[in-house]
Amino acid sequence: MLTYFLRRALYTVPIALGVSIVCFALIHLAPGDPLSAVMPEGASQEVVAELRAAYGFDKSLPVQYLTWLRRVLTGDFGYSIMTRRPVLGEVAPAVVNSLILAAAAILIGFLTGLMLGLIAGYNNGTMLDRVVTSVAVTGVSVPHYWLGMVLIVIFAVNLGALPAMGMGTSGSADFAMDWESLRHLILPAISLSVIPAGIIARSVRGTVAEVRKQDFMQTLYAKGLPPRRIFVHVIKNAAPTVLAIMGLQLAQLLGGSILVETVFSWPGTGLLLNTAIFTRDLPILQGTILVLAMFFVFTNLIVDLIQSAFDPRIKRS
Amino acid sequence: MLAQSQPAAVGESSSAALLRVADLRKSFPIKGGLFGRAQAHVKAVDGISFDVRTGETLGIVGESGCGKSTLARLLIQLIEPDTGTIALDGSPMAAGSAALRVLRRQIQMVFQDSYASLNPRLTIEDSITFGLKANGTDRIEAKHRAHAVLDMVGLAPDMFAQRYPHELSGGQRQRVNIARALALGPRLLILDEAVSALDKSVEAQVLNQLQELKQRLDLTYIFISHDLNVVQYISDRVLVMYLGKAIEVGPVQRIYNAPLHPYTRGLLSSRLSMDPRRRVSAAPLSGDPPNPIDPPSGCRFRTRCPIAEPLCAQREPGLVAAGDSHIVACHAQHSGSGHSLAAQA
Amino acid sequence: MPNLALDDLRAPPTGLRPRSRSFWQTVGRRLARDPVTLTCAAVLLLILLAAIFAPLIAPHDPYRTSMARRLLAVGDHRHWLGTDELGRDLLSRLIYGGRMSLFMGFMPVVLATIIGGTLGVIAGYAGGALNMAIMRLFDIFYAFPSVLLAVAISGVLGAGLVNSLVSLTLVFIPPVARVAESVTTQIRNQDYVEAARATGAASWRIVTGHVLSNVTGPILIYASSLISVSIVIASGLSFLGLGVVPPEPEWGLMLNTLRQAIYIAPLNAILPGVMIFITSMCSNLISDGLRGAMDVKV
Repeated sequence: MLTYFLRRALYTVPIALGVSIVCFALIHLAPGDPLSAVMPEGASQEVVAELRAAYGFDKSLPVQYLTWLRRVLTGDFGYSIMTRRPVLGEVAPAVVNSLILAAAAILIGFLTGLMLGLIAGYNNGTMLDRVVTSVAVTGVSVPHYWLGMVLIVIFAVNLGALPAMGMGTSGSADFAMDWESLRHLILPAISLSVIPAGIIARSVRGTVAEVRKQDFMQTLYAKGLPPRRIFVHVIKNAAPTVLAIMGLQLAQLLGGSILVETVFSWPGTGLLLNTAIFTRDLPILQGTILVLAMFFVFTNLIVDLIQSAFDPRIKRS
Repeated sequence: MLAQSQPAAVGESSSAALLRVADLRKSFPIKGGLFGRAQAHVKAVDGISFDVRTGETLGIVGESGCGKSTLARLLIQLIEPDTGTIALDGSPMAAGSAALRVLRRQIQMVFQDSYASLNPRLTIEDSITFGLKANGTDRIEAKHRAHAVLDMVGLAPDMFAQRYPHELSGGQRQRVNIARALALGPRLLILDEAVSALDKSVEAQVLNQLQELKQRLDLTYIFISHDLNVVQYISDRVLVMYLGKAIEVGPVQRIYNAPLHPYTRGLLSSRLSMDPRRRVSAAPLSGDPPNPIDPPSGCRFRTRCPIAEPLCAQREPGLVAAGDSHIVACHAQHSGSGHSLAAQA
Repeated sequence: MPNLALDDLRAPPTGLRPRSRSFWQTVGRRLARDPVTLTCAAVLLLILLAAIFAPLIAPHDPYRTSMARRLLAVGDHRHWLGTDELGRDLLSRLIYGGRMSLFMGFMPVVLATIIGGTLGVIAGYAGGALNMAIMRLFDIFYAFPSVLLAVAISGVLGAGLVNSLVSLTLVFIPPVARVAESVTTQIRNQDYVEAARATGAASWRIVTGHVLSNVTGPILIYASSLISVSIVIASGLSFLGLGVVPPEPEWGLMLNTLRQAIYIAPLNAILPGVMIFITSMCSNLISDGLRGAMDVKV
């Protein structure tokens, strides 16, 4: 078990390196001179020379990558072209804001998904199952950015009940644990939660129905176990699969939030990316994507480890 | 018609070796540890040598996990041996050699699981013609051949050729598998637990059919099974395997009536006899076979052997002749071995 | 051994012999009897036909702007579904928009299925070092959340049809390859593949004759489930301004430009999203139908 943990953790290293190479390559993929991509417009000769040296654009690509990697590992992601501030300083608060939104969405998505999935799985083949399944398919299919707009139309435009934009009272980028901030959180969190809710509902339904078909369930019923105890068995057997799906969704959510954040002007990574793309602020783009992808890699690692701890069958040697 | 691809020089006498296996070894790595390196090796087939004579049926028996199936897969070149040679009619079958393609179609195999060994997406006819087409037979000729072999195994071609595997019964599917193996005109057919999964009545029909086909097509069989009764019924000679090694080989009457190795005796006495007076004369086998990753020193059977002595842990007994074409690997049977039951030299 | 009568052979297993059906015939028959799949297919077909024959069907020129007729409400007597922020007829733009949106929904999946499927089958059948090389490479791309990867590539390459096509295809190749690889690995160890290898057949012959016929089903099921994702993400890229360039009618882009009008003409603003939703939903239901129809022991 410990060996598996270590092996899995070790495997993250080449993946993380690969991810960093892809992020590094992004700047070189961009049309035009990579230097102009990281250079503020109208920069003086000295700045150009300084940047050229700092990025090592005069050296070979592998050397450039290593130079870049060394700087990234020490937390130096370069400077934003627009604000001229360090990239990390821009990305960090955005990541925190995205995480707040993601956490709220996960809470809603997981609870809804689990509940729907259990109801459907326990009533497999009935009318109730079909209704719940249809709801789940709808959740999976809906373009969440559009759902966000629909929610704005209903709750902000027509009812005037909830705010449509921003994060707090003043539209500021500071989340406070107060009522006003929570009110701002509701609509984007719901928009973001529908897809994971639908996916989780479908997989929970499938897994639960599958577990309930197993021979050992017959034995449990034959033994006269009360439904409550049988339910525990169902949960135990469905947990590893469901956990894996949940973990994947958690990680996808962070990447998927860019669209919803744009709709609600939520000051997270999505909005940051969006702005960076239109101002061609490639250092910001690169930094944000690197941070999010690394987050994704490590979430996957943790999910795998938790899953293997939960599932006694996994010994994957 | 089916024998047309055979070379003219078939062995002179019926006792000539069609297949000669010498010191065949195959082990599989068990990967583990931090970097997924091989931690240990399962010695599935661990130095086995035997001959298969032209026209005979060699039965191979042993408990599950003794390496029977690995041996079969080695013989039809599905996996490569670590060491050792397999020679068909004196020509060695080596991977990469030009002759391999010609040689390998002369050995065909029927697998245990009749369903898994037929592609569910192909009709029976397509399954049979695949191997023929792959070997250069044209489409029409292949179809004729497929119908001929179906007919041979007792399945009317116009009734079965266009069907899919799931529409057939287990016995019918296994006949299709036999037909497919025969289509390439093999000389040696390996039957790996080929009837084990069938109902008893169907099993008997298929066995009889196999006997009939063998006569008709001058085939040689290697019949692998854990079912001692079936092996007795069909075999001319029997090879007993234990943990990747042959421990006793001999004519079927000798093996069944006068087994020499304590393992063979245990194996035979573990089966039910119809006659209560004949039940359990020797000590039946107890316990499970030892781990093939780390087999016992000396004689591998000693941990379960009723007549094991200190000597058995030190020296591994070789296969030594013990009468008319009967060989056995047991110190107690080798005179001068030092075992208290062995004859003094 | 007793010589039993050969009743195993006497009669075909099901009395009167029914016509044997191949796997795909069975799947087709099942789909044809599934009302949900049929309805969804009809809806998609309708949208597709409308998009193809847009010049014949659309009541107005989708590009003609009119400052006087900006944001007319839904139900207008000349513009049934109203107009957009530049006074262009919404119904016409929705009909024309299907061209780009459907293309961007299907094309990346088709390309990714061909490329990823091929690589996955090769990796799965070859095993060993080649498998490691291909699959580990994809693991890296798999380490990005799909929307993020699409946005990153499009963001760097810039807006445009081809760029979004490239980025979406790149996003879908790794997961398709992963499915193809795992199914192929399973099939490769089946007895019938071993039996085929024992005949001495060449690898390409075994792959085309035995492996492909068994892996296409699962790969298609998976690919079909990606269509809805592709529609939503492709429109999402346009919504972010990374996909199709204005003034081209495309549902995601329309949603983006109409967003500014959400307080003035909320119904108009959300209309393009309805189209995205309907196509995405129908694709998902068809995919589910396909999954159900293929879950047959044939």
